[in-house]
Amino acid sequence: MAKRRVALLFYESSTRTRTSFELAAKGLGADTTLVSSLSSSIEKGETLKDTGLTLRALGAEAIILRHNSSGAPWLLEAETRLPVLNAGDGMHEHPTQALLDLRTMLAHLRPGVDKVNAETLAGVTVTIVGDILHSRVARSNMLLLPRLGARVLLCGPKELLPELAAQAGPGIAIERDFNAALRQSHAVMMLRIQAERLAGLQLNLEEYKKGYQLTGQRLAEHAPTAIVMHPGPIIRGLELTAGVADGPQSVILEQVKNGVAIRMAVVERALTSAQGGRG
Amino acid sequence: MTALVIRGGHLIDPAAGVDGLKDILLKDGRVAEIAGHGKLKQANGAQVLDATGLVVAPGLVDIHVHLREPGQGYKETIATGTAAAAAGGFTAVAAMPNTIPVNDSPEITRWMQAPERGAAIRVFPIGAATRGSKGEALNDFAALKSAGAVAVTDDGHPILKDNVMRETLAAAARVGLTVIQHAEDTRLTQGASMNAGPVAFRLGLRGMPTEAESGLVERDIRLVTELRDARVHLHVAHTSTAAALAAVRQARRSGLRVTCEVAPHHFLLTEEHVGMYDTNAKMNPPLRSAADRNAMVEAILDGVVDAIATDHAPHAIHEKEVEFENAPNGITGLETALGLSLRWLHHEWKMPIGRVLSLLSAQPAALLNLKGRGTLTVGSFADVVVFDPKAEWTFRARETKSKARNTPFDGWTMQGKVRWTISEGRIAYTGG
Repeated sequence: MAKRRVALLFYESSTRTRTSFELAAKGLGADTTLVSSLSSSIEKGETLKDTGLTLRALGAEAIILRHNSSGAPWLLEAETRLPVLNAGDGMHEHPTQALLDLRTMLAHLRPGVDKVNAETLAGVTVTIVGDILHSRVARSNMLLLPRLGARVLLCGPKELLPELAAQAGPGIAIERDFNAALRQSHAVMMLRIQAERLAGLQLNLEEYKKGYQLTGQRLAEHAPTAIVMHPGPIIRGLELTAGVADGPQSVILEQVKNGVAIRMAVVERALTSAQGGRG
Repeated sequence: MTALVIRGGHLIDPAAGVDGLKDILLKDGRVAEIAGHGKLKQANGAQVLDATGLVVAPGLVDIHVHLREPGQGYKETIATGTAAAAAGGFTAVAAMPNTIPVNDSPEITRWMQAPERGAAIRVFPIGAATRGSKGEALNDFAALKSAGAVAVTDDGHPILKDNVMRETLAAAARVGLTVIQHAEDTRLTQGASMNAGPVAFRLGLRGMPTEAESGLVERDIRLVTELRDARVHLHVAHTSTAAALAAVRQARRSGLRVTCEVAPHHFLLTEEHVGMYDTNAKMNPPLRSAADRNAMVEAILDGVVDAIATDHAPHAIHEKEVEFENAPNGITGLETALGLSLRWLHHEWKMPIGRVLSLLSAQPAALLNLKGRGTLTVGSFADVVVFDPKAEWTFRARETKSKARNTPFDGWTMQGKVRWTISEGRIAYTGG
């Protein structure tokens, strides 16, 4: 991929995703350029279409897009006809996060497996906990994991987890009792409460912690062998305690590490496949 | 003015109970004579339109359009919007007041009707109910009416305050105007861009609950009930939910003067048409569930719906080429309403053609008390649509007469091709 040109177009702040996409592209030998909404013409009112066309005119062969509006990658792809890699769009999807989550789960729950199929995760229950409503990570995992045979349990209060979430696809169910969900879980994925997307929703954080915070005691009592995951950024003391984040069941930093390999694969596919493809 | 004879066509005038082979003479902007084929008495020297094999019907009446003037001529003008209307078989449209500035004055109401606007067909302005459509101070309805306004509404800014809506209903009733409400409790729809439900969840979009519509319809009906004034007329714009229709149905059973309209996209499309964020499937009220869509069809077939109205809402191309959440609401509809209604309501769902035409002309004209429109009895305005009822054709957005192309019906098969649209005796459109 030497000298191939990849643009990173970021409308939201990001540490993990941006850095790991950048390292991934560079690791393949590609040239990268970063455009973020602050410090670019986006601030002056340039549309996504025009920014995309500009990047294409500058020689970009693929665009990695992080955007605060759901569906923005489809618009960018339609207007530029370039391969667009979705690095997170609004509350919709974060596909490479789901892929690196899967990679991490396979390493722990199916060690040695190097090819996946519809039964690879049969018998595995993954619980996603917290702010499902606003989470693109949850949506991507809800799409991906059942395809490999896993059961996805969603857990959280009604305000953050509407009943209709269970209709999002096959293999998805809701369990509002966190302890009951933990007892069934082989992997538990904690989510941050997305204060930036709450849109006026009032949430009693003390109540929330009582019901849904993952503490060392809760983990030891109900899921002593499950792996603990989190897409980051984590808020210590809110959705999980510092002890759990740093504890032996936590694979949070492994997830981050797997992100680079996953994104190398995705960037390579985008640059080599004739039709490109959304990541 | 030259006289016109439409000869040999099949005249369908539901309001007059006419359904048969007739010749019509149009003179001085009015219907002068109707007679059996070849039997007109005063047709000498008139221009003749041969309507053999075609349907001749009262010109269509759309009581819900956005013509964007004054203020947003880059989206549409009165001239282009009415050209699209004429191409769609319409001879009268009622224009919503969400212009810039808002049409809350007799001056703007008159400006919209001035000959300089170049309208191809008749435009009836709808006045804003409150000053600047801010939902606070009522406008002078008598003055609006004498300037030509045919109804009042705050359209996209629904009147939420009970006391303001009550006063609006009462004041409009005193001068004989209809109050049109865009029923949306906007406190429940902040930041939302499509129907609430599984599809919105999957797409990661905030949803508008059906209760935001039905709740306000129920509130409005309660206010009408409390007013106990037979002159009060509430018209529910672009009904999209089964619950709102149920409320209208119930109000009618109780003898209240509550009417409603449904747009073609709400009886044909569902939220699934949003697909992968198609901004041409974004409007307000949004496309709903299949159950709601089916309720629209059922209510049209069983007569609860009083009119088909398009909510023609043109936008510039660049305005729709943006993120779904940032795109403006609305789609065009004037050139597709007849073709879709005949194709689906008549051809697929077997509604008699006279009833379909009535929903597109006689009933909306009566609803807004447009005298001499929506019928072709002698003395009525010479507003006529002549179309080939059997012709199937494909609608192409790029061939539209509107300035805008924001339609989800690009490439759809239509039935019934307009041959001539005649507005007050003048040929306003000639189709191929």
